[in-house]
Amino acid sequence: MFKSLRGRLVTILIMVGISAGYLVNNSIKLGLDLQGGMHLVLEVDDPQGEMSTEERSDAIDRAERILRTRIDEFGVEEPLIQKIGSDRIIVELPGIDDQDRAKSLIQQSAFLEFKLVVPTNGLETALSRIDRQIVLAVGVDSLGRMGSGNFEAPQNELESLIFGAQTADTLGSEDANIEEEQEESVNLRPFTALLASGDLEGTYLVALEDVETASYFLGLPEVQLALPRDLSLHWEQEIIGVGAGNYRRLYTTERDAFLTGEMLENALAQRDPQFNQAQVSFELSRAGGRRFSNFTAQHVGDFIAIVLDNEVVSAPSVRDRIGASGVIDMGGAQLEEAADLALVLRAGALPAQLRIMEERTVGPSLGQDSIDQGSMAGIIGMVAVVAVMLTYYRVAGALAVLGLLFYSVLVLGGLAAFNATLTLPGIAGLILSIGMAVDANVLIFERIREELRLGRVTRTAVDEGFENAFSAIVDANVTTLITSLILFQFGTGPVKGFAVTLSIGIVASFVSALYVTRTLFLIHLSRRKSTEPISI
Amino acid sequence: MRLFDKADYSFIQKARGAAFFSGTLILIGVSSMVLNVQSIGSWQNYGVDFSGGSLIQVRFETAVSATEIRSALGGAEAPPITRFGEENEFVVRAGLGGEEMDVVRQRIEQQLAAAFQESSFSIVRTETVGPKIGAELQTKAGLAILFSFILTLIYIAIRFQFRFGLAAVIATVHDIMITLGFLAVLRIEIALPTVAAILTIVGYSLNDTIVVFDRIRENLNSRGGRRQDPVELINQSINETLPRTILTSGTTLVVLLALLVVGGVVIKDFTSVLILGVIVGTYSSIFIASPALLRIQKYFDRKEKLKGGKKRSSGPVSVSAGV
Repeated sequence: MFKSLRGRLVTILIMVGISAGYLVNNSIKLGLDLQGGMHLVLEVDDPQGEMSTEERSDAIDRAERILRTRIDEFGVEEPLIQKIGSDRIIVELPGIDDQDRAKSLIQQSAFLEFKLVVPTNGLETALSRIDRQIVLAVGVDSLGRMGSGNFEAPQNELESLIFGAQTADTLGSEDANIEEEQEESVNLRPFTALLASGDLEGTYLVALEDVETASYFLGLPEVQLALPRDLSLHWEQEIIGVGAGNYRRLYTTERDAFLTGEMLENALAQRDPQFNQAQVSFELSRAGGRRFSNFTAQHVGDFIAIVLDNEVVSAPSVRDRIGASGVIDMGGAQLEEAADLALVLRAGALPAQLRIMEERTVGPSLGQDSIDQGSMAGIIGMVAVVAVMLTYYRVAGALAVLGLLFYSVLVLGGLAAFNATLTLPGIAGLILSIGMAVDANVLIFERIREELRLGRVTRTAVDEGFENAFSAIVDANVTTLITSLILFQFGTGPVKGFAVTLSIGIVASFVSALYVTRTLFLIHLSRRKSTEPISI
Repeated sequence: MRLFDKADYSFIQKARGAAFFSGTLILIGVSSMVLNVQSIGSWQNYGVDFSGGSLIQVRFETAVSATEIRSALGGAEAPPITRFGEENEFVVRAGLGGEEMDVVRQRIEQQLAAAFQESSFSIVRTETVGPKIGAELQTKAGLAILFSFILTLIYIAIRFQFRFGLAAVIATVHDIMITLGFLAVLRIEIALPTVAAILTIVGYSLNDTIVVFDRIRENLNSRGGRRQDPVELINQSINETLPRTILTSGTTLVVLLALLVVGGVVIKDFTSVLILGVIVGTYSSIFIASPALLRIQKYFDRKEKLKGGKKRSSGPVSVSAGV
């Protein structure tokens, strides 16, 4: 580059200056494995493959924006939210310790709907059809095998049991085909048998242990078709105790929501002043408010189900016309939960369900241990290398050590400049590259020794040494660089960090050996006669 | 100070012995992979990164025995529990078994909380990888290693000659085989960093081989180089680069040993693989890559002679002596 010594020195100082500048301004980011935190890989959940590639990609784009808002509001410092490929998002949250809370914040669709609760009569006419579809879809044999425990009717302690615990024998005659297949132990009203009449209008009660089975039945495509067109069924989130048993309510509501979360302007967590319970108050947009107020005016005395992600959060009765704001009661929930709900409602609903594909968490203490141990290893390794170079190459070794110092500054500056993240394997990569950084020096020095042995004068030997070693240094470094670039492509998180530090290390060692150490040599030699022997 | 000054070893003549030695190591590795298939169900001890599943690292306030944890997690049916460095730190690994991502981890956390006091332990690390990601990573890791071969082969073919590239890749495949064998014998867990370590070995081993090849190329191009006996020429090149080989491998090993001893448990497997790789890479650049180059040359020469004795003009090593 510059032939003159002064030019070389200035170039080196500029490089050091730039590196130092980057270090001061950007500082080096620590990876999650070092500072602790959570790493998630999410994908659009589409098990039936109903979405096109564009739809998935579009859903992920919107989800990314919404997640960013949610996470920013949650108050995580320097989160990473990044779309990967066409249908995945990586979320990295440094310093998160409540893993489950953070996850629900991210995964929750937060699709809010307001639906009118309707009497169960509408469903009852369809129940026998639903039961038949279940029997046909699942098969009598499987129903029997699924365990009688799941299929027993709710305990008789509730006053009126719809269809009670009727046995297959009394009902089976409805359908001759089924009758042939039936076995005595199998209940041919598999769904109806799980329902007990509700304590509120428009609800059934289902024993907690049967909820899973009932949900499974309701999820069957055949059952979906058998449901009345204008109805939908929603579980209530809360579990309630009746007598000795635990139950969940199943609401029958109108199929279409009269209002959704899209019309929400704001949501805030608060405590109910009367009962000191957590709740979320919300404000609707102007249009939403008008619709809400018209609707409530017509339905005074009715119940409205506030449905979040298909589950009923609360179902207050309308006492009077309600304007543009309202309250969602959260039952016995903590204020923290209300705050999270308000947050996701403000940020908006996700366009699709997100499924977690990969999840990693590291506690802060483990990260700190890794930093301490890694730095210790780095220092010991560095000291050892310096000692070897000084004993083996003496003065020339000292020059190489100075070059190594420059190398360290350049690597750290490079890490800061590229906004690279330092991970634990990254630290290992740095330490490894210290060992390899001296390689270029060793190649050069061995060449210089050879030239000296051939009887060249010092100055010529040094020049020849640098020149002859050049091709080996280039080829060796380029191949290592190729593998570390592939590693970069392949890896995520820690491995990527390793690839980055290794790549930066390779480039830095190249510059420091061929340019910096060379300059130091030139300075060293300029002070002596060209024939005077050097210590190498 | 000078090491191996004026070294004059007949490395090429020892190639047969080296090949036997390497062959034995690889054989041991492969048979232990086969044994692994029978005992643990896969060639290698794949970690959750590749097999999918959950990993939970627990740190207790006081020393706890693995037996206590095992009984907390369901006795005989408990997932594998291994101590992680310290007396009070353990890692539990469990397959997902078709359940939702969170279920296994949450169950283990609950079981621990039920058996030990809440304040007596903390969960310092969890990893859960779904089966889909695991399968993808396996493919990606294989492709990464394959691509690194292809690209370096191309680079060396351009900078040197195809034959040099082929020899370098043979040596690198040798290194990877031995490393994989080592992993299989010790059943070291294959996680993402392990793959990173293997790719680093690819880089390091090539680096070493190239320095020797560079010297061979130089000696060939020097006056009288082409008329020199190739065995002698290659021996001379290895000997000339020997001080550098030893010193560089030495400094690299020193820093890696520092990392192994004080670098902590999390990174121990990674470092072990790297150390082995540096040793094997150094060995192979001398005893495998160079003899391979000679053999390849001989093979191509013979083939061309059979084709009609067309005289080669560009051949770097005209072989007259065998290995």
